[in-house]
Amino acid sequence: MGIRRETATAKTIRIGLPRPSGHLAGQYYVVRLTAPDGYTASRQFSVASAPDGSSEVEITVERLPDGEVSPFLTDELRPGDQLEVRGPIGGWFVWPGDSPAVLVGGGSGVVPLMAMLRFARRNGTAHLVRLVVSVRGPEALYYADELPGPETTIVYTRHGPASEARPPGRLTARDLPAPPVGGLTYICGPASFADAASDLVVATGTSVADIRIERFSPTG
Amino acid sequence: MARFTRGFSGRGALPRDARLPPGQYDVGKNWPVLTAEPTPRLDTESWTFTVEGLVQMPTVWSWDDIRALPGSVFAGDVHCVTSWSKLGITFAGVSVDTLLEAAMPLTAASHVLAYSYTGYSSNFPLADVSGGRAWVVWDVDGQPLPREHGGPARLLVPHLYFWKSAKWIAGLRLLDHDEPGFWEVRGYHNYGDPWLEQRYDGD
Repeated sequence: MGIRRETATAKTIRIGLPRPSGHLAGQYYVVRLTAPDGYTASRQFSVASAPDGSSEVEITVERLPDGEVSPFLTDELRPGDQLEVRGPIGGWFVWPGDSPAVLVGGGSGVVPLMAMLRFARRNGTAHLVRLVVSVRGPEALYYADELPGPETTIVYTRHGPASEARPPGRLTARDLPAPPVGGLTYICGPASFADAASDLVVATGTSVADIRIERFSPTG
Repeated sequence: MARFTRGFSGRGALPRDARLPPGQYDVGKNWPVLTAEPTPRLDTESWTFTVEGLVQMPTVWSWDDIRALPGSVFAGDVHCVTSWSKLGITFAGVSVDTLLEAAMPLTAASHVLAYSYTGYSSNFPLADVSGGRAWVVWDVDGQPLPREHGGPARLLVPHLYFWKSAKWIAGLRLLDHDEPGFWEVRGYHNYGDPWLEQRYDGD
């Protein structure tokens, strides 16, 4: 197990599995914590790493101040600890890798989309995907060293870096690419972001039937 | 594998609420929204609810028709497979028993597929939506059911995980066989009893 910091409040945890994960880009794992008295708490975490045939997966955990599981994972967990996980799970919010895809993420909702972007780059098919991620400011961006590229757009809602020409502000339809011909649009983020983003995606001409949504709820 | 997680003690020594099934926690005043598709805008002018399939009298209700039926209230708890539970919530609508009485299931009917305006679906043994265990609801805690929570109307089957309670419900199809729904064909448990932690296929 390896742990690295993404932002002031988020960490990426690399988990070694007893066998190759076999996950698809967009799927998640359940992490279950057990207290000495038998009390358990489970949460779902999207996989951030690409399907790569390995026996390791990465998840990124946003620390929620009143949370029960996320503060344990970001504050207490140490490399070498044993963690009970289950997965991969989810067969809807997945990108098979062979069709065009528009990916729209808000904040921590970028995690499963990062698995898709990494998968595309790894396969040499990055031209199939366009990723738009909305964050408050540069300090809130996950995977900041890796995510930027010709197929990605970062939208800053509160404040951007000095080099950013677009004034800070909420995501608009003009920030979004054209609908992916013969492909799907994947939206992930908090429920309010997902609803607003799906309206914008529809405004670009995308059919509702071609939108898949994963609503992240901060539930600890 | 250690039998417990090093350093994890849970939320202190708080007594656990007996209303919480295993592995669930009380979400309090929040009500998370988890949906796999865009939230539809459904107009109650053209909204209908249908009971069809293996019934003597396939029936379609308009919004006004269904609200004119004898009402029924559920007050209790709902449990989401993602591990939150909402305790002490009140829904108002109509009992599925009332709808089935009108449509009159054939004796061959053994299962139900509930389907939504979005293409979503969930499946049940017929017994699980009969006998005062299922509702079609349009009010929550005295207010119209918000769109993001399935309004104008959703199915409510509170003794099973909440994904079974299909939002934006359009109808029930009675069948002589089990037909797994949206999540049930995607790795989730076919029945979904929260007290048995039937979350995923194989539980």
